[in-house]
Amino acid sequence: MGQVANAAIVILFDGVAYGMLLFIMSVGLSITMGLMGFVNLAHGGFAMAGGYVLVSLMVGLGVPFIAALVLAAVFVAVLSIPFERYLYRRLYEADELDHVLLSIGLVLMATAAITFIYGPSAVSITVPDYLNGQVDLGFGTFPAYRTFTIGVGGLLILGLWYGFEGTIIGAKIRAAVDNRRMAQSIGINVDRLFVIAFALGSGLAALGGGLAIEIIGMEPTFALTYLVFFLIVVAVGGLGSIRGAFVAALLLGLIDTAGKYLWPDGGAFFIYAVTITILLIRPLGLFGRA
Amino acid sequence: MTEHYQTARHFLRERERWRWPEALPWLAIVAAFFIVPDYLALGTQIVIAIIFALSLDLILGYAGIITLGHAAYFGAGAYATGMLSAHLGWGEPISAMLFGGIIGGLAGFISGWVLLRYHGLTLLMLTLTTAILMQETANAAEEWTGGFDGLVGISIWPLLGTFDYDLWGKTYYCFAVVVLLVCFLVARTIVHSAFGRSLVGIKGNVERMHGVGTPVHGRLVTIYTISAAMAGVAGGLFAESNAYVTLDVLSFSRSGVVLIMLVLGGTGRLYGAFVGTAVYMTLEDELAKLSPEFWEFGIGLLLVVVVLFFRRGLLGALEDLRVRRS
Repeated sequence: MGQVANAAIVILFDGVAYGMLLFIMSVGLSITMGLMGFVNLAHGGFAMAGGYVLVSLMVGLGVPFIAALVLAAVFVAVLSIPFERYLYRRLYEADELDHVLLSIGLVLMATAAITFIYGPSAVSITVPDYLNGQVDLGFGTFPAYRTFTIGVGGLLILGLWYGFEGTIIGAKIRAAVDNRRMAQSIGINVDRLFVIAFALGSGLAALGGGLAIEIIGMEPTFALTYLVFFLIVVAVGGLGSIRGAFVAALLLGLIDTAGKYLWPDGGAFFIYAVTITILLIRPLGLFGRA
Repeated sequence: MTEHYQTARHFLRERERWRWPEALPWLAIVAAFFIVPDYLALGTQIVIAIIFALSLDLILGYAGIITLGHAAYFGAGAYATGMLSAHLGWGEPISAMLFGGIIGGLAGFISGWVLLRYHGLTLLMLTLTTAILMQETANAAEEWTGGFDGLVGISIWPLLGTFDYDLWGKTYYCFAVVVLLVCFLVARTIVHSAFGRSLVGIKGNVERMHGVGTPVHGRLVTIYTISAAMAGVAGGLFAESNAYVTLDVLSFSRSGVVLIMLVLGGTGRLYGAFVGTAVYMTLEDELAKLSPEFWEFGIGLLLVVVVLFFRRGLLGALEDLRVRRS
């Protein structure tokens, strides 16, 4: 009995940590896809860039972990602005096929560039001592790093919730997600919102990419490997819905972790079966609106 | 009334007429047999990929169905043909390949019937996840598919009972080219038929096609099934020519690469599949040998440039060039 309960707690904890990680990496994609309607398959590329910038900062320049995490996110957020201005923007009016092709092209270039610079094998970092080992939360001891990830995810949710519900810029973004033309005609500068949302989303992805190194690893194929997961989070959650992305990411993290523990050979099967079922019943996702 | 009818008829007839540039790709395919006999193994793979890209053009270029999971049907055909030989001992190449086509078509009919009620991002996600679900199923059904290690033990009998397979793959090249020719004639007939024109109508304005009473869902499922069967035939040929099938045949990257090849050549023009595939695979063969990263970066850059500036592909760009000159 004790063993079963222990296993359940491990699955639950790991699943939530993994779900939080997926949420951090994909929430930006949900916002930008809801706002601009751009199917961005290169979103994982920004997450990957975050991971590798973090490695460079820590290993190359000796920047401490937390500072490097923040710096990497800011760096990638700024880096992403020209992409939005000069590439993505040209195709907002085009159809999904063009979005898919452009962003696949960018992912291939990013993968090749990272392989060229950092080599094809996985990279690693040394996390500070306080994130190593176990931490006692009062009701049990848990891996410190995963606890930290869950904490970061929780803070981000609070921050995003406040940002979207409590600030003018958040209200403008929500208005533009609901009806872009209407928002434009009452004088909201939608163009500027696009840049802000895109940079924010890429920065968050980069933060997630930095956190991901210790949990799911980081190698040049990262962007392509996890691409499908990011898309699932966005589609199942519903475009532009932060709550949706959170629920979907948590669901995905839990199902994937449980599947891998309980049925290692065919564990991944569940995720896709559940995704298809949800999309067949709710084509706009759990929290999506037409 | 009759005059307009005559004009329209003339217009469509004129469109369907064979033109001399259409001979070029076929001449190239025949010439390759004599000029570069050492490369026929690659040539066979190119011809198979052309059939696959052609099948995608039917649904993407004509009916406007955007899919990220077309490898599902290629893989279904490859596994069907492979398992027929590996488990049931049937290795007659033509019927085994057709069996691959039938299974591919069946998979296309069932999934298309369900999925083609959706569109946009939802359809994109559904095609993508369906293909991955099939890949995971093949991975789990190890007894049948060989799982991660791949399906081995495929043994193909001599073609027509007489032509055995030689070291340079001459026999198989010829076989694949004949299959390509048949597939192409089928595709060409379809796109110039009334049915084919209605698909273009659906792509252009689906509401209007509903309005004039076209059974849109039925038409889409029909072309999807035909396309999937053609992809299944390509998969069957692939299994026979390699005598080996791995999970890779169902992978997302295969779905992505066939899309890239088609767009590179140009969608909605049948020959785009020929040009895009030949260019992609020849470049890959040459450049990936030098440096895989260089190749990957190059193809990514090419894709970005094509999407931004040459949206109609290489053939479209050639056409524009000719128009500008004259």
